[in-house]
Order: sequence, then C-alpha cells, then structure tokens
Amino acid sequence: MTLSHAAGATQPAIAVEHLSVHYGDVTALDSVSFTLDRAQVCGLIGVNGSGKSTLFKCLMGLVTAQHGSLSLFGQTSTAARKGRLVAYVPQSEDVDWSFPVSVGDVVMMGRYAHMGPLRHPTRADRSAVEDALQRVGLTELRNRQIGELSGGQKKRAFVARGIAQDAQLLLLDEPFAGVDKSSEATIVELLHELKSEGRTVLISTHDLAGLPRLCDRAILLHQRILAEGTPSDVLTHANLARAFGAAGTSSVTTPTAPGA
Amino acid sequence: MDPLTFLLEPLQYGFLTRALLVTLAAAVVASVLSCWLILMGWSLMGDAVSHAVLPGVALAYIVGVPFSIGAFIFGAGAVALIGAVKSTTKLKSDTVIGVVFTALFAVGLAIISRTPSQVDLMHILFGNVLGVTDGELWQVLILGALTLAIVLVKRRDLTLLAFDRTHAHVIGLNTKALGALLLGLLALSVVVGLQAVGIILVVAMLITPGATAFLLSRSFDRMLILAVVITTTAAVAGVYASYYLDLSTGASVVLAQAVAFAVAYFAAPRTGLIHQLRQRRRRRAGSAAGTAG
Repeated sequence: MTLSHAAGATQPAIAVEHLSVHYGDVTALDSVSFTLDRAQVCGLIGVNGSGKSTLFKCLMGLVTAQHGSLSLFGQTSTAARKGRLVAYVPQSEDVDWSFPVSVGDVVMMGRYAHMGPLRHPTRADRSAVEDALQRVGLTELRNRQIGELSGGQKKRAFVARGIAQDAQLLLLDEPFAGVDKSSEATIVELLHELKSEGRTVLISTHDLAGLPRLCDRAILLHQRILAEGTPSDVLTHANLARAFGAAGTSSVTTPTAPGA
Repeated sequence: MDPLTFLLEPLQYGFLTRALLVTLAAAVVASVLSCWLILMGWSLMGDAVSHAVLPGVALAYIVGVPFSIGAFIFGAGAVALIGAVKSTTKLKSDTVIGVVFTALFAVGLAIISRTPSQVDLMHILFGNVLGVTDGELWQVLILGALTLAIVLVKRRDLTLLAFDRTHAHVIGLNTKALGALLLGLLALSVVVGLQAVGIILVVAMLITPGATAFLLSRSFDRMLILAVVITTTAAVAGVYASYYLDLSTGASVVLAQAVAFAVAYFAAPRTGLIHQLRQRRRRRAGSAAGTAG
C-alpha cells in the first residue's frame, strides 16, 4: 500500500498530543499522545473506565480536552466533521432498535452531509447507498426495520452508513459485542477492504484474541497509554497485567491464538 | 336522522364550525410533533411546557395581548430554564422538569387568583373551544401553518436527531440548534392546542397520536401519516360526540384519541396484545406437540 503524496494527504489520520480530560476530580485521559497513519486498522483496548469512550468523544468533538491538542487529517476535529471525514459506528446499547427506520434509511443518513438543506437524495446519493448496502451484503434486507436484523447485520448496516458517507476515518465502538463468529469474520474482511482503499479504522474492543487478525496496530489505554505498536508488541503478559489486572490476564492467556 | 343531517346539523352554528376548525388544526399540528416527541423521549417535556404556559396566558389576558404571545414566551422560557438548571446540577432531567413546570404553573395560579374577574381559569385549564373568536381562530391557523412548515422543511434532520444524535454531530450538523428548534416547535404546538383542549389535556394531543401510530408503523413516514389520520378522525369524532352527547369538547377529543390508542394496543398486527397472546399460545401448542411426538 503506497500512500498518496497529493497535497494534504501526508497528514496522519489522527494526531493526538498530551491530551488530558478530567470530569471533576476524575481523570479520564492523562496526557495521551499518539499518531495513527492513514490506511491502518488500529485496535484501542482497555478495561471499562480506561478512557476509551472519552478518547472517542474527543475525536468526535463531543468532549473538549482541558489540555493538549488533537488533529484529524491535519485539521481540527470540527473541520474534519464538516468535511465529512469522520464516521461513527455506535455500540449496540446506544441505538434505539425500535425506531421506525429501515436499513436503507439508516444508510441514507450517511449521505445527509452530502445533501442540500432539505436532505433530498439525488441520484448520486441513491447509488452510494446502493453500493454500500451491496458491499456489506444487506441489499436484500434494505426494507427491514433496523431492529429486525441479527446482531452482525445491525453492525454491518452502520458500517454501510460510514461507507455511504465516504468517510476517511471510521470509529467503531465495541463492534463485536453480540456478534456471531461468521458475521465477525465478514466485518473484519470488510474493514480490511476499507483499509486497502486508504481509509483508517479505529476500533474500541475487548476482543483481545481477535486483535492480531484484525489490526495492524494496537493501543493499550488505561488513562495513559500503556503500550502501543503491533498487536504482538502490545499484547504481552506484562502489559495486559498492567491494563487488566491479574484477573484479566488469566482469561486471555493466549491472545495470539487464532479464532480463540 | 339521515347521515347528512347528522354531519351538517352542528355546522349551522358558527361557533361549532370554528370549534371544529380549531380542534382539527391543533390536533394535526400536535400529532405531527408527537411523532418526534415520543421518539426523543420528550413526553414529560410536553407535559412541562403545556403547564408552564399558564402564567403567560394569564398575563396576556390581563395585559390584553394575544394569548399566543404570552404562552409562547413562557413555554420557551420554561424550556430554557429547564436546560439551564439541568446543565448546572447533577439532578436527573425528569426531576428538573418536575420542579420547573410545577413552579411556573403555581405562578400562573397565583396570578389568576389575584385577578379573578378578568380571566376564567377553567377556560385556560380545560379549553374553551366553543367560545373561540375569529381572531383566535386565525392565531391558531397561522401558528399551526408556521409550525407545520418548519417541521416539514427540517423533518429529516429532526428524525436523524431523534435516532442518532452522535451521528448527526459527527457529520457536522448543529445538534444543539436542532434540539432547540424542536423544543421551540413543541412550545408553538402547545400554544396552538391550548384553545382546543386547554392546558391540562393538550399534552394528550402531543403524545397519544404518535404513540398510537408508533404501534402500527415500521417506517417514520408511515408513522407521520398514520398519526395525522388517526388524530383527524379522533378530532372530528370528538367534536360531534360533544355536540350530540353534550360532553366537554376537549375531553371527548382526547377520549377519542385514547380509544384509538387502545384499539392499536390490542389489535395492532405484529405488536398488538392479541397477536402476542396468540403467538404465545401457538408456540406453547407447538412445543407441546414437539414433546408428545
């Protein structure tokens, strides 16, 4: 994979420097610094409360850090959002699955930023939705109400929304929770395809076993960055003991075992 | 009595024609708004805004300006106050809403208790649709048309806001402004509904049609259309029932909506209680047959 050298294309997808976020007395992020180059799939791992959600919120401009800076593709988070560069795939529990929208409606929502103020879809919007549905294999289910899909199909619908949006950075929050193994494999394959198109993917995940297959890079977070690098560099016993405590390591003794 | 006479007889009275028009306008506007309110989880907010307009209506009558101006100022003010208090405490939002709207409602009662001759409390609380003047009819029609126009222009953004606020933010929409717009529209539709059913019952028109349509819909557009159809039918049925059975108009409109909800609750295909029970019995029969065979 060769990176394009067009103007502006050399900036990293994410550059975070000394980012700190406090909620009252609680420190959520403590001087976090990292860069993520384009066309990579990166896993963000850590226990609940380790600051993964806060970092996502910073990247999406939902939380403003007290200290430090962050840029996406060399732009501020606001500019990157206005430029439609960022897409978010929410956790299942954050979605109202009884909402009366179809799969096609959800994917079309990815196109809203491309449309005029009335959000009236053009032919280009329709064909982008068509393509995205096809890529995730949901064309036949497009008229289903969103809650009538399986766990894996639900995730794919939201990934399709990011594809239809033509986002360059996709943020996925726990995409494999409640997803069966075959759907997980489909999603992993899809993410690798997106990467080979030059898109960048950041995944918050508990699935340590699947990490080497999924990611080029991994970041281990516990308020601070405990480790970063290739998945095998990061998933050492010493690192996991620091991040997850003794109880955590015993349940993930063989993080490199395929499909475990 | 033949059906035509049945339908036309009430309309020979100008006040009943005006009552029907006001009720229809209020019901349609409120039902459209209700689709977003129930999906946002803002039913209590509707209750709050409708109660909080009482001091505004009272002051408007005392000062002699159109009631809708006073009502809108206090409705929007209540929303702003709730937002301000919520963002500066750790209290849950239903608590803040409860404190603010009861306080404002009490302010309204206090004002009215000091000026008993000028303001009829019962009319404000329970509506006075049979006493609507031409001026009030025009206020309702103009505000109703304005509310509907804004909703229709912004409907896709509002639906996105209700479904996935984070995505709306991430693709660069101003979610705070959209939320404020929806609250402003809520205040407007309360103002429109006041004349028809009064402060206490207007919240029913802002919740029940959307809730009924939700039980019958899997797409938002269908939900919108159904809510309007259901509420229009209920409004007409309610006004005629009030004429022939000599009932309070506001009460019979809201009751007609409640009946529609009950029908959907029991008989909706897929989600209705009858369907659920039938499926459960079928499943039990199936598993019994399975163990026997």
